[in-house]
Amino acid sequence: MDLDFTDAELHRYSRHILLAEVGAVGQARLRAARVLVVGAGGLGSPLALYLAAAGVGTIGLVDHDALELSNLQRQVAHTTARLGRNKAESAAETIAALNPEVRVETHALRMDAAAAEALIPRYDIVCDGTDNFPTRFLLGDACHLLARPLVSAAVLRFEGQLSVFQSHLGAPHPCHRCLHPEMPPEGLVPSCSEAGVLGAVTGVMGTLQATEVLKLLLGIGTPLAGRLLLWDALDARFRTVTLRRDPACPLCGEAATIRDLSAHRAAPAPACAAA
Amino acid sequence: MGPTIRITVNGEAREIRAAATLADLLAEIGLDPRKIAVERNLEIVPRSRYAATALAAGDELEIVHFIGGG
Repeated sequence: MDLDFTDAELHRYSRHILLAEVGAVGQARLRAARVLVVGAGGLGSPLALYLAAAGVGTIGLVDHDALELSNLQRQVAHTTARLGRNKAESAAETIAALNPEVRVETHALRMDAAAAEALIPRYDIVCDGTDNFPTRFLLGDACHLLARPLVSAAVLRFEGQLSVFQSHLGAPHPCHRCLHPEMPPEGLVPSCSEAGVLGAVTGVMGTLQATEVLKLLLGIGTPLAGRLLLWDALDARFRTVTLRRDPACPLCGEAATIRDLSAHRAAPAPACAAA
Repeated sequence: MGPTIRITVNGEAREIRAAATLADLLAEIGLDPRKIAVERNLEIVPRSRYAATALAAGDELEIVHFIGGG
């Protein structure tokens, strides 16, 4: 691994390098890492900004949406002056201003099965910050099948959930379908644009997501794998519960029926915008 | 109604018949299993196991809502 740092890098990352768990070796690991952030919205904004500030060398940003005024209550990687611009491109601009040492690969496209197959193998870790179930299930299935860890957060109203899925490593690791075997039928679970979300809740969850990514890259601590973190902001209560691999799981179970992404190809494109 | 057991659901005490399963409880509360997960004594119960999971006295259950916002 390349352990040569410029004086500017040593200065920029000095508070990391001071940490025994990070040090120069850990910082070099971060610089060599490639992380894919899907959704440059409420979760993706703090997530991408903290990964960039931390010196994650290459960050892929996927978002097909144009920035809307209603996004700015929580999506802090964007600015009012950039309304109408593509959100992946807008976030890339903010990252470049924050830390020009990191490279951003902007993917201004809708994450579909073909994009998942093309992009996911090019990154070490995938982060789900999307706003709709079809894309969440696509990412969950694709990460299992393409053998990449998935750091997945979700928010609604005053609630957040977070977990790390690495079922491709085999038992005992659960996958996303061990928690929710199927997508909820349309209309059964509201989206943020229907039910609302407190902006700061997305900030906390996206930042926790960034923390789990950095832990995985550095190989420190205990990843939130096989566990689900639940946060109720109104109650100011965090809980972490165990999530086990389900032997009957359709994706990672003993008689798994999902072998490829064909079901996602047949599915209609998600209609839900990040409004 | 035969013998009952006492369990806790979302922090509130509840009586349910002694032989009840998790599937019975969800039906009694009227919760659609497709939009929730259930945590029993700090562990998520796989949806495939609801009908086979017999509730026990003192069980603490929390309904975890399925959310997908970003």
